[in-house]
Amino acid sequence: MRSRRLLPVLLVLLTALAGGCTRAAPGGRIVVLHFWAMGQEGRMAARLVRGFEREHPHIRVEVQQLPWTAAHAKLLTAYAGGTTPDIAQMGNTWIPEMAALRAIVPLDGYIAASHIVTPSDYFPGIWKSNVVGGKAYGVPWYVDTRLIFYRKDILAAAGFDHPPRSWAGWARMLAALKAHARPGDWAALLPLNEFEQLVSLSLEQPGSFLRDGDRYGNFQTPQFQAALRFYLSFFRDGYAPRIDNTQVASVPIEFARGHYAFYVSGPWMIQEFATLMPAAVQNDWATAPLPGPTGAASNSGIAGGASLVIFRNSRHRAAAWQLIEYLSRPSVQDAFHRLTGDLPPRRASWARPDIARDPYAAAFRAQLERARAVPRIAEYEQIVREMQTIAARAAWGELDVTQATALMDRKTDAILAKRRWMLAHGRLP
Amino acid sequence: MKSRQALAGWMFAAPALIVIAVFFLLPVLAALGLSFTDFDIYALASLKNLRFVGLANYLVVLRMGLFWKALGNTLYFVAVGVPLSVAAALGAALLVHSRLARWKGFFRVALFTPVVTNLVAVAVIWKYLFQQRYGVVNYALGALGIHPLDWLGNPHLAMPTIILFAVWKNFGYAMIIVLAGLQAIPGELYEAARLDGAGAWRQLRHITLPMLGPTLMTVGLLTMVGYFQLFAEPYVITEGGPLQSTLSVLYLMYNQGFDWWNLGLASAIAFVLFVFSLAATWVLVRLGRRKGWV
Repeated sequence: MRSRRLLPVLLVLLTALAGGCTRAAPGGRIVVLHFWAMGQEGRMAARLVRGFEREHPHIRVEVQQLPWTAAHAKLLTAYAGGTTPDIAQMGNTWIPEMAALRAIVPLDGYIAASHIVTPSDYFPGIWKSNVVGGKAYGVPWYVDTRLIFYRKDILAAAGFDHPPRSWAGWARMLAALKAHARPGDWAALLPLNEFEQLVSLSLEQPGSFLRDGDRYGNFQTPQFQAALRFYLSFFRDGYAPRIDNTQVASVPIEFARGHYAFYVSGPWMIQEFATLMPAAVQNDWATAPLPGPTGAASNSGIAGGASLVIFRNSRHRAAAWQLIEYLSRPSVQDAFHRLTGDLPPRRASWARPDIARDPYAAAFRAQLERARAVPRIAEYEQIVREMQTIAARAAWGELDVTQATALMDRKTDAILAKRRWMLAHGRLP
Repeated sequence: MKSRQALAGWMFAAPALIVIAVFFLLPVLAALGLSFTDFDIYALASLKNLRFVGLANYLVVLRMGLFWKALGNTLYFVAVGVPLSVAAALGAALLVHSRLARWKGFFRVALFTPVVTNLVAVAVIWKYLFQQRYGVVNYALGALGIHPLDWLGNPHLAMPTIILFAVWKNFGYAMIIVLAGLQAIPGELYEAARLDGAGAWRQLRHITLPMLGPTLMTVGLLTMVGYFQLFAEPYVITEGGPLQSTLSVLYLMYNQGFDWWNLGLASAIAFVLFVFSLAATWVLVRLGRRKGWV
């Protein structure tokens, strides 16, 4: 009820904002680009675009910062009100939805003509996560993939001088850590309300958890069931507590105190750990690629991150593309990395000395080569949340692997009913 | 003459009626219409993708395991929370009203304070109080030699903890109403009872409670209607977990409507919840009527 009343107010505000779109300056035509960016990137983007404005005196970039929590709803209301910006930062998993809405435009034409944005230089999984129905709708801006953060000293105390490389090796290590753990401490932390860990493990297996052109669930395969079984062993064998992330007061502090030896998370955690963990344990933690089912060669993970997109409503698409090209330059991505800690999506940027020397980033670099794109459909997040709800029930012992995967398929098929109808009527791009 | 008077009456009522029609009646009717369609993200793209589905959304809701779980949680919250709130309000009001009580003003303010605090802020504080590892509640229990409990992480304990929080947050409001009811009971009744030799307990049972009947009824109704709309407490404290043990019907509706944009289904959930809370209210009013409290 409250949001419905808020909507008109929002629309009016947005219209007022978009009204300033083409203001002619007295000395000549100045193009104003509206650029929406989220969270920390939004704060730093304003600094980055100064260099672009110097190179293009006739273009002015207005950066608007959106909080991540409100960004999705705001993009949708802006779309409904026809007040979208020219260019925006967008989480990879939102791109299929925006493409289905026809809110954003394919960029293949620009990319083919560009000397700066060269698809082959980008990590393949990351690039693919921007491709919907054979067309590229976004250019990756920064990347994220989930891997393991671990305590070197706790592993050493249990007799291990290297991080795990295979699932079996990880399981042996977890069992040894459990035997060594003080009461109240755990070998690992995998919050039960986060779907990324299970999705990551399932991506290390061949195949996908959706089938027939992402029309139906495909969870009852031996591959997914193996991933789920391994995931559940964390809880059934007592390696990880059955808790949600709402119950963890502070991951860096609990990690520093040794309450957990393993944690699966993304690149933003590097800065969190570096700033929030006490100096005494700063030399005791490291990152490593997610162990693969059969060893390091089978490692993979989620190809996530955020991209830059251009909206259909924009009247300055050419200028918006110039901004995307500027932000895709390795030198600018290097500056962006120093400002935010975000990891760049292309190999040329990783060759810059600063990031190449970063010991915590190296594991990400290795995994990014093998990271895989998740299904690119508007319903993705709803499906994986449903999957996680069921996995959590299995972790608590309410369901076994066979029952859980059957239920996942049934729920997913129901969620995808409208998509099947849309596809059957040729209404999806 | 009479019709002119009626017209004037309508004119005076018109501003309020228009506001109600525009901001309440129309949205409710629109939501009812929405609940017969499959409005979703695709319909947002083009209304050509909108299908009229009749009662299908309602059938989906009634067959949805999660809905029944959420309804069970909500009923649990109402069935335990409402009597506890009313009892706490009654107890506090009796204490504050008692002739023996000192600093009545102070206690009234202190007991009412939770009502005027910001829900999100105090919910975050409660979350930390009941934190398993660092929470002060477990610390206090530990001092008494009781093993720490995972208040918000155990699926069986999370809802009781939320109920405790809601009762603490809300009983002050009901207390004020009960206090007004207590003050309206004529003193002569107690005098007469004392002359007849009735002690404190019998005065409470045979004078205070019967005279407070209508007040308690009102307080119970108001609390119940409010508790059916459980949302902010689990949203802030547990996000519906663990194992959906604190997921309420309203939370489920929010998930469907604002996370996944299944607005058709979300509207249907809203109307089903409306029917359930209407039914519960009806039962309570029937009970009250039999006792002559309404």
